[in-house]
Amino acid sequence: MYSFKLKPAHRQKRHLLCDHTALSPSASAVVYLTHRRLTSRQDLIQVNQRSKMSLTAKDKSVVKAFWGKISGKADVVGAEALGRMLTAYPQTKTYFSHWADLSPGSAPVKKHGSTIMGAIGNAVGVIDDLVGGLSALSDLHAFKLRVDPGNFKILSHNILVTLAIHFPTDFTPEVHVAVDKFLAALSAALADKYR
Amino acid sequence: MVEWTDAEKSTISAVWVKVDINEVGPLALARVLIVYPWTQRYFSSFGDVSTPAAIMGNPKVAAHGKVVCGALDKAVKNMGNILAIYKSLSETHANKLFVDPDNFRVLADVLTIVIAAKFGAAFTPEIQATWQKFMKVVVAAMGSRYF
Repeated sequence: MYSFKLKPAHRQKRHLLCDHTALSPSASAVVYLTHRRLTSRQDLIQVNQRSKMSLTAKDKSVVKAFWGKISGKADVVGAEALGRMLTAYPQTKTYFSHWADLSPGSAPVKKHGSTIMGAIGNAVGVIDDLVGGLSALSDLHAFKLRVDPGNFKILSHNILVTLAIHFPTDFTPEVHVAVDKFLAALSAALADKYR
Repeated sequence: MVEWTDAEKSTISAVWVKVDINEVGPLALARVLIVYPWTQRYFSSFGDVSTPAAIMGNPKVAAHGKVVCGALDKAVKNMGNILAIYKSLSETHANKLFVDPDNFRVLADVLTIVIAAKFGAAFTPEIQATWQKFMKVVVAAMGSRYF
């Protein structure tokens, strides 16, 4: 599924052509291209392939607002989510066989949970380009850690459970859907380099 | 079919006894319809499910949420017999309602999240693990008559 927008130089010219308040950006872009007798000149337009269920502007603002609220407790949430994952989905322990203690609340779990939530917080900051922003982490997970990407969904579920526990009134259905979409997009970006 | 230790059985009963079916059922089903909007395809006869507010206030959604939790109640009280309890429900969902069985796992996960929100820190990782094992068995039983 493709969406497109005019490259910056041509957006100005589009505005000269049509009252841009009456038409949506895409519609006025179509008017502009038709006026220039063009339908798909690559030098004028950027084509963005929309990934499935891409984040809308509203999703991004809901996620940013919610992450602002939880940032003080991010370390606690990360540690708890990781501990819950290791306890409720014991197969995930295989990736941490080098830790002495895998119980919730142990030192390695707390430390690593904090690392994970820090990375997720950074991802909120690059939410407009998750694939680019997470490129190095994707390399790490693909080639060094070789974590089966199915596990990203499992950790995401445990993050949602932990958020529901710590922020029961803020974690409304509307926030839930935006955060679930964000974590899914993040997981896809993390798996981007796998093959 | 499934082995339950005494500790697991008492954990699940202890969780369930604190769950108000009439509150949690509607909340969980409404949340599924909001977070995974394609599930609304099964509820076209339920009236207005066009917005989160409409879904949360829809009486038919609430009623069905209670029905789902009622069936779970039977499973909690007959944990040795979950496959048999869900046999005809599974057949109905497979052959009459044509519900994709992946939705049972989705509903189970959302129900876990709603229960976690109610219980707070009392829903410990160990309790979550046992509860999710129970959910996994129920989901498998619901999918058991699909071929």
